[in-house]
Amino acid sequence: MPRKKLKIKASIDYLSIIDGKGKVDEALDPKLDPKLLLHIYRLMMTARRLDERCINMQRQGRIGTYGPCRGQEATHCAATVVMEPEDWVVHAFREPGSFYHRGWPLETVLKFWGGYEEGCQPPEGVNDTPIAVPIASQVPHAMGLAWAMHCKGDNHAVLCYCGDGGTSEGDFHEALNFAGVYKLPLIVLIQNNQWAISIPREKQTASETIAQKAIAYGVEGIQVDGNDPLSVYVATKEAVDRAKSGGGTTLIEAVTYRLGVHTTADDPKKYRSDAEVAKWEKLDPIPRFQKYLKERKILDKASIEKIEKEILAEVAGAVERYEACRDVDPMDCFDYLLAEMPQELVEQRAEFAACIEREGVGLGH
Amino acid sequence: MSSIPATKRSSGNSKSTPPNGKFDAGAGGQDSGTGSMTMMTMLSAINRAMDDALRTDDSVVLLGQDIGVDEGVFRATADLLDRYGDKRVIDTPLAEGAIIGGAVGMALYGLKPVAEMQFSGFAYQAFHQVEQHMSRFRNRTRGRYGMPMVIRMPYGGGIRAVEHHSESREAYYAHTPGLLTVIPSTPRNARALLLESIRHPDPVIFYEPKQLYRAFKEEVPDELEYMPLGKAHVAREGSDLTIISYGAMMRPCLEAAEDISEADGASIEVVDLLTVSPLDTETIINSVQKTGRAVVVHEGPRNCGIGSEVVARIVERSLDYLEAPIRRITGFDVQFPYFARERAFLPNTDRITHAVREVLAFE
Ligand SMILES: Cc1ncc(C[n+]2csc(CCOP(=O)(O)OP(=O)(O)O)c2C)c(N)n1
Ligand SMILES: [Mg+2]
Repeated sequence: MPRKKLKIKASIDYLSIIDGKGKVDEALDPKLDPKLLLHIYRLMMTARRLDERCINMQRQGRIGTYGPCRGQEATHCAATVVMEPEDWVVHAFREPGSFYHRGWPLETVLKFWGGYEEGCQPPEGVNDTPIAVPIASQVPHAMGLAWAMHCKGDNHAVLCYCGDGGTSEGDFHEALNFAGVYKLPLIVLIQNNQWAISIPREKQTASETIAQKAIAYGVEGIQVDGNDPLSVYVATKEAVDRAKSGGGTTLIEAVTYRLGVHTTADDPKKYRSDAEVAKWEKLDPIPRFQKYLKERKILDKASIEKIEKEILAEVAGAVERYEACRDVDPMDCFDYLLAEMPQELVEQRAEFAACIEREGVGLGH
Repeated sequence: MSSIPATKRSSGNSKSTPPNGKFDAGAGGQDSGTGSMTMMTMLSAINRAMDDALRTDDSVVLLGQDIGVDEGVFRATADLLDRYGDKRVIDTPLAEGAIIGGAVGMALYGLKPVAEMQFSGFAYQAFHQVEQHMSRFRNRTRGRYGMPMVIRMPYGGGIRAVEHHSESREAYYAHTPGLLTVIPSTPRNARALLLESIRHPDPVIFYEPKQLYRAFKEEVPDELEYMPLGKAHVAREGSDLTIISYGAMMRPCLEAAEDISEADGASIEVVDLLTVSPLDTETIINSVQKTGRAVVVHEGPRNCGIGSEVVARIVERSLDYLEAPIRRITGFDVQFPYFARERAFLPNTDRITHAVREVLAFE
């Protein structure tokens, strides 16, 4: 009965390939196919421009409260592109670039924040879950999807997004624990943007890193520079390859920053300094990635401008398509509740129809 | 008659008419009874109640997400961190289960925790603590441990909020033995009911109609004021029909009552439940025995809603007095739609007026 030190395998990699100034670590550069790099760049720019547009539209009352992803584009865009169509992506709520890559029409994001259930409807053939508002509640679903793949012997994997705040919820821990026990093909990617509304990362957990929580669950863990798409890509690719070769689960902590408001209903001046934001503005993932792409001669001034124009047109198209389908029927709140409508609801639906006709209230947008 | 301005006429602020005998001027507070009043919103009144409680009782602590530095996402806890420090106004990590479970532990140790759930839609992450422990400690320990704690949470629709931010699920709590569920309807009763809830020996779910947070102002006494839990309030007297409601639906109900009085000359009584569990059966029954007709109104789903219980009690106790079938105007038994559809969905004055007229017309 001695008292001795237990030897726990405990080390976590940190990965950064393009540094804050856009300088690349040549030895680590995965030298991705220029087409893929350009695609990631486009996704990031699309997320940025859509985000800006959404903030404006919220101000004009054309959508409701919006939660922007400004500053976090590299994390979700570079991770999602790793996933194959048969894989699943399980979303939180700040990943517009991920939805877009996976084949959701760009206006889906507008529909969700505009107050339409249609913003949760995945297109046919897309294996994703829609936005999940209750924090971390999606992580067990991702685990369950991976569990089903494991049970059926399918060689697919699941990528799940969650926030730093989400790592405090029971759902996060319970899901990672199961994933560790069953060695599931799951990648939980924590978008550590340093804040959960007004609660800074240091007050969310006393752990030095979020990645190290992997050790406790017996799964792989890695911390990456979340503002560097190459680091995110490499870490996700390694994790997916491992998952698909029976190596189980990985927890990735992507260190990034929410440059904008938590949502348009939030006032960050109450809890964080302008100096802190300014420091992170300098680490903005987009100029860094542009610099890298220019150095690799994948982008130049002209192509940047051309892409910018194309993206603005795409965003404008999405806004138009969103505006065009806003006249929905309030009555259909009955129609998708159950596969078969019970008699009681048939009657309530008729009651609602009579109310709508009498009151003429309508949608009021 | 009532201190709740009706929705359409909500531009002005209402002069407070304290419902006689319902309020109980503060005992033991340091506030001197000057009789002075301050006009405030429900949000300020809730803030005032917490300020009062922290000031007058050292065992009161507040805990929740973003309630300290950020002063709450609705600013319900404005200035309280500055005034009372971070041992009494506590910002927590993001875990409702640990907030409520932790508050249970604090209550066992002698504190009076007032926990905030940022939205009632996220209180389910703590529901096991509510159902398995908070509501049961007194009974399980044969009275050895009380559970003097409050869970505050905003509920209800009408503010164009994102999914999970608009539901009214008070029935879950009313269905749970060992709790009280309180729903204020005006700034003044919010303040007095919250103060009473905090000093109450048993756990209270304080369900706040967020649609009313800033909807209108009312005069609230500067001195401490308490209102008993478990007591309904006759917000408007009448003799032909009783509308029974609570929370944010009180405004359209009172408006419907006024419209019908003006247009039809019918005299409508409106009962504000204030505590939806345990129900004040006596006030409900007395009113319905007087009027013989009733309409029950709430936002939450109809099936097993508070209205189901109200109607059951009327039928059990006053069937002989009824001159017409009772009607329920409620949320339908579907998911609360995202906000584009919510205006059409939510019960409104027209819907209530229509039902009241039908019940009045029944012979
Ligand atoms: C279970 C639950 N509790 C509370 C909230 C309210 N809320 C919305 S976002 C948020 C902070 C989330 O922080 P984090 O997980 O770091 O994600 P981020 O917003 O930074 O992307 C909170 C508390 C919620 N949506 N769900
Ligand atoms: Mg965060």
